[in-house]
Amino acid sequence: MRWDQVTVDVRGWRQATESLIAGRRTLLGLWGEPNRVHMASRGEDEIAVVSLACPKGSFPSVGARHSPAIRLERAIADLYGLKAEGTLDGRLWLDHGRWTVRHPLGAAARSKGPAPYAFLAAEGESLHQIPVGPVHAGIIEPGHFRFTASGETVVRLEERLGYVHRGLEGLIAGAPLDRAARLAGRASGDSTVAYAVAFARAAEAALGVEAPSRAHWLRGLMAELERLANHLGDIGAICNDAAFALMHAHCAVLREQVLRAADVAFGHRLMMDCVTPGGVAVDLTPAGAEAVRDLVRTVRERFPLLIDLYDDTASLQDRTVGTGIVKAELAAWFGASGYVGRASSGGFDARKAFPYPPYDALEFEVPTRDEGDVNARVWIRIEETRQSLSLIDQILDGLPKGPPTAPLASGAGEGLALVEGFRGDVFIWLRLEPGKVTSAYLRDPSWFQWPLLEAAIEGNIVADFPLCNKSFNCSYAGVDL
Amino acid sequence: MELIQGLAIEGAQMALVLALSPLLTGFVRKVKARLTRRRGPQLIQPYRDLWRLMRKEVVLAETASWLFRAAPYLIFAGTWLAAALVPTFATGLMFSWSADLIAIIALLGSARFFLALAGMDIGTSFGGIGSSREVMIASLAEPALIMIVFSLALLAGSTQLSTVAGYMLSPNAGLRVTLALSLVALIMVAIAENARIPVDNPATHLELTMVHEAMVLEYSGRHLAVIELASQLQLLLYVSLIACIFVPWGLAPVGAGAAAHALGLAAYIGKLAVAGTLLALFETAIAKMRVFRVSAFLGAAFMMGILGVVLLFVSRGGLQ
Repeated sequence: MRWDQVTVDVRGWRQATESLIAGRRTLLGLWGEPNRVHMASRGEDEIAVVSLACPKGSFPSVGARHSPAIRLERAIADLYGLKAEGTLDGRLWLDHGRWTVRHPLGAAARSKGPAPYAFLAAEGESLHQIPVGPVHAGIIEPGHFRFTASGETVVRLEERLGYVHRGLEGLIAGAPLDRAARLAGRASGDSTVAYAVAFARAAEAALGVEAPSRAHWLRGLMAELERLANHLGDIGAICNDAAFALMHAHCAVLREQVLRAADVAFGHRLMMDCVTPGGVAVDLTPAGAEAVRDLVRTVRERFPLLIDLYDDTASLQDRTVGTGIVKAELAAWFGASGYVGRASSGGFDARKAFPYPPYDALEFEVPTRDEGDVNARVWIRIEETRQSLSLIDQILDGLPKGPPTAPLASGAGEGLALVEGFRGDVFIWLRLEPGKVTSAYLRDPSWFQWPLLEAAIEGNIVADFPLCNKSFNCSYAGVDL
Repeated sequence: MELIQGLAIEGAQMALVLALSPLLTGFVRKVKARLTRRRGPQLIQPYRDLWRLMRKEVVLAETASWLFRAAPYLIFAGTWLAAALVPTFATGLMFSWSADLIAIIALLGSARFFLALAGMDIGTSFGGIGSSREVMIASLAEPALIMIVFSLALLAGSTQLSTVAGYMLSPNAGLRVTLALSLVALIMVAIAENARIPVDNPATHLELTMVHEAMVLEYSGRHLAVIELASQLQLLLYVSLIACIFVPWGLAPVGAGAAAHALGLAAYIGKLAVAGTLLALFETAIAKMRVFRVSAFLGAAFMMGILGVVLLFVSRGGLQ
């Protein structure tokens, strides 16, 4: 993967913004450091990071003209106190006034305490607001949704997140590399492998170390197991939100089997902390490989029956087809990855666009659909599940021998990585000093998917929101950091 | 003597419906759990839940009025009385002579009226959503139910349930298209009125999709227990109603002996088990429909009711 870092002046920053607006490049991330901001974007086959010094504590807003950046800028303002000049949305995002300090990672100041949050207005006769959350009736992550509805029809939805902010970036800054890796693996628990791989690859890039090829292949195996478990869980959960419990039950059984196989193979059901900078913490034993092969056999046997069940249940199709449509242009504008992007004609997959081992040596397809509805997002998951099964087979067949880790040199430098998790591309950038991480940026794919959910639900009915939301299954923790 | 027996039967019936309704709900849940490869809670779990709720303290919203506190008891009383009017194991019910099918519909209607009011009383958005959806469903379900009653009354010559059951047991009944239409329509109405899948999901945790559950979200403690029991009673009532009209076999006739009553009871429990299994099977095999599809669903039930009446007229060549 080619990537360049350039330090630019305000003019260069504006040019970089222009290239996003013109659609020549896609925004990957926008983040701050004390007195500096960075913008990462991808072109056809390279990634560029432009950095701008902010001696006055402000930088020209990207979000003012390129809406995907708005929430990223609000997060920068909350964490570092760097203002985006000309921004259209100056409200707080992560900071709900409940922290003891403002701008905890920049020039910290005393907090002013909680203030009322001004939701975007939607005016008209007979419109009413429905506040939902942050605490929900089910056991899910916390997030507030403010609906403005006309009867049952949603006129506007606005999300308010930040309730699970744990200060990850602050915790990672200054931490030794191994502790930082563990922290990164906890950004979003369901994507722990993707985060750990991204962090490890970024650290290896910064230190100029290459992990042994066996480690790469084992990372690939874990990543595909994680994808398999999450997709199976999601397919069932989406159906469950249409009160079709049968599918949920069967998918839950399969997901459980994936987790158990992962436990046998790597010693942890979610494979947390199994990937470390320099390699993998757990090597695969022959017994573990056999457990994974058994799993693939079971899923291959049972999964087609579930697909038929999904496809043949008319009452279920009635709910998923045509619900929560995301237009292709909008998905492309936001650079949405994962099943959200692929269900709306987007073909981006970090495993293909910036091939990293072992995927450069493996054969797989990236499924896409054009409908952009809940049904399309389910089908992308179904297709990806099939691809993952094939990838797991290929990995087990071609697994190279050798040590599972390489010794890490102590050094300094900057590194970044783009890794495909089950939701989409996880982007991690970090800067190392000997023995510790000075700063890190973790960008969850959900940053560019949450805003699309707001667009997808417009014109749908309130009662269809849970179904749409589940088909997106965005991460709260990954965005709240 | 007859009066004493009538009173005894009525008393037994009222105690029976109260005692059996949580069991029916528990049974449906158990079968559903089995169908989705789960072990499921014990059959008596609904009783335990009610007992637990009874002992818990009531948490009231500050904006709650007297209506909110009174509604659970009104709802329960209306539903219980209605359930007492449907012959379950014997036709010789005391109250049954003074109240007919129309009265049952009216009792259930007023229970729902209070529930919808209570849902809006606190002023939270979910209660309002639930109430508005509930009333929408009710406004479609009630005409359908009335139509079904019409066609049955035209057939049996009475809106009185014991008479209808007696007619159905007599050789005059035979196989009629009107009866088939009424049965299907009544099942559809029963599904909607009891907030079952595909109209509503009794097991959901998704606030935005709820209908019945949204209205009772703010209830707790003994209030919630009473409301839960009322909705369990309502499910039992509809099953009993369908059983009484369309499969009245085994019902003990007026003045029958103890053996006939015991047989009636056994037959009734058998009918409940069959209905509970069928309900669980149906609910497992289907997804919930969009809120606005409910109007088409209940519209179909209404049309079947009308069709049943029209067919009767046509086959008899007008009213005689």
